[in-house]
Amino acid sequence: MKKITMREAIREALMEEMEIDADVILIGEDIGSYGGTLQVTAGIWDKFGSERVIDTPISEAAITGAAIGAAMMGMKPVVELMFSDFLPIAADQLVNNAAKMCYAYDGDMSVPLVIRAPFGAGSRSGMHHSQNLEAWFTNVPGIKVLMPATAADAKGLLKAAIREPNPVIFLEHKLLYGVREEVPEEDFVIPIGKATIRREGKDLTIVSCGAMVNKSLRAAEELAKLGIDAEVVDLRSIKPLDTQTIVESVIKTSRLLITHEAPMIGGIGGEIAAVVSKEAFGYLDAPIERVGAQDTPVPFSPTLEDFYIPSEQRIIQTAREMFGK
Amino acid sequence: MKKLAKADHLEMYRLLFLTRHTEERMVEYHHHSPLTELPHVSIGQEAISVGACYNLRADDLILPSLRTRGAFMVKGISSRQMMAGAFAKVTGSGRGKNTSHHLGDRKKGVIAGSGIVGGHIPLGVGTALAAKLRKQDYVSVVFFGDGATNRGDFHEALNLAAIWKLPVVFVCENNLYAISTPASYHVAIKDIADRAAAYGMTGVVVDGNDVLAVYNESQKAYDRARKGEGPTLLECKTYRWRGHSERDPRDDRPKEEIEAWKARCPVKHYREYLISQGIATEEELEALDESVKEEVKDAIKFAEDSPYPPAEEALLHTYAAKKDVM
Repeated sequence: MKKITMREAIREALMEEMEIDADVILIGEDIGSYGGTLQVTAGIWDKFGSERVIDTPISEAAITGAAIGAAMMGMKPVVELMFSDFLPIAADQLVNNAAKMCYAYDGDMSVPLVIRAPFGAGSRSGMHHSQNLEAWFTNVPGIKVLMPATAADAKGLLKAAIREPNPVIFLEHKLLYGVREEVPEEDFVIPIGKATIRREGKDLTIVSCGAMVNKSLRAAEELAKLGIDAEVVDLRSIKPLDTQTIVESVIKTSRLLITHEAPMIGGIGGEIAAVVSKEAFGYLDAPIERVGAQDTPVPFSPTLEDFYIPSEQRIIQTAREMFGK
Repeated sequence: MKKLAKADHLEMYRLLFLTRHTEERMVEYHHHSPLTELPHVSIGQEAISVGACYNLRADDLILPSLRTRGAFMVKGISSRQMMAGAFAKVTGSGRGKNTSHHLGDRKKGVIAGSGIVGGHIPLGVGTALAAKLRKQDYVSVVFFGDGATNRGDFHEALNLAAIWKLPVVFVCENNLYAISTPASYHVAIKDIADRAAAYGMTGVVVDGNDVLAVYNESQKAYDRARKGEGPTLLECKTYRWRGHSERDPRDDRPKEEIEAWKARCPVKHYREYLISQGIATEEELEALDESVKEEVKDAIKFAEDSPYPPAEEALLHTYAAKKDVM
């Protein structure tokens, strides 16, 4: 298996799907010859040209709306929002049009749309280019939300998203773009709605997603030294949520810690905690813990931002407290 | 331009009267009988829907506003389907999941509307983009009121359509009010069509109460669109006789203004034209009126007799199981 970056893996997924299906088009700001501000689409325009890789003005609402209209005609647009912080600008189109079309037509319509959006804190990009907004959209019936943590998942999940008949918000953590990992070379998809266990363990389940997965894995290694054998679940799909994998893990370990980079209040962790406290109540040996960001915007200065972002240390500390260690 | 045959004139008249009568009955049923949907009627504005849609092909798409009832009728949504939808019955479009004035119909080329004023305008850019990329020559026709032209969606969408020279026609049904706010207050220009110049597209003002004028100007816009000459902003000046909805707390519009516009009734105007030009006789039009009344009566009975959707159907079709597209 070859090792490539997540950026390259996403690019491969896009190009492979464009090869397979002439209806797949890319739409976004500066994605053409420029290759995207984060260079994810670099080289795609050279190969597919301006009719398949469509540069747009700064018009996130209309870009998204136009992509929905094209998707309703059977195209498979993949929109790049330059940063996920621009999702609120596109939100009316996503929430009131994309999410509702299938229902409005009583099932006789689909919107095969993918919104790709780089997200996440840690790059000293300030409060408007660093947010984690995934939980917002889990509360909107009709939209699916994906968040890959590895290069291989990014490729397989994006290919699945492009083939999916429903609108998908595909969140790419900016700090993971450069991470080099093994990615299968054959055509493969990762099914939407399936979590995966990144590390098996018997004492504690750590449910994580996006950039928190690697932090959770490192935390698990530290915890192992203290005699706490943690299992790390990578959600991959924020919605639909793979509650079965989570619940089965908690039944095995009897303890649950959920971590995400989004603010803890209103985050996906609350939903997971609610499901587990119902489905695995009798198995829990300790209250469910959550490690998320504070209730503040993402600050700019390194000292502030590093304090703000949920860290490996906070996961370790919280886990230790769960065991009184 | 295609010369209208007598049959076309009669059909356009029938559609105008059908729209008028359907909505009058909806209003009546809302106030005196249990009509679930709150009517937002187009009474007084029917010539825009009918004139702009009568020359559309079956593969052309419409993206209606909340007040474009006639457009549905022209595109072939049946009176039964429309009325059952307003009664929220299982036999209406979307089996009760969506209101009738926002209904979508894949086979008839109707894109479901949005309750967010102007939120549907960018969708028309997308359906037109698909036409251009696939080298198909259907047009997309987007309807909206004067109020929607102050939304960012309108500006972004018109700019995109213009830079990409898309086969889309933007029909502004300027009825001079956004609920209670007069256009004279909410825009600083006399003609909304002037905004087209800012995007480098053709802007046209037409008498929205004259069905033939709307028919002719929209035809020119569709011809330009199909030839790859890009979009048009077609402003149709009109007036709604009733309130924004049938539940308005008050109506502060000047009585004289309302009466002056009622004197310019698009249905009556066209009726008189057909008779004065010798295109149709009073008797022929009477017969059409009667047939429309029967059709609407039948639609109401159909709607009343139809059941509500089974409650558990609420859980169906949030997500598509497979690709179903226009």
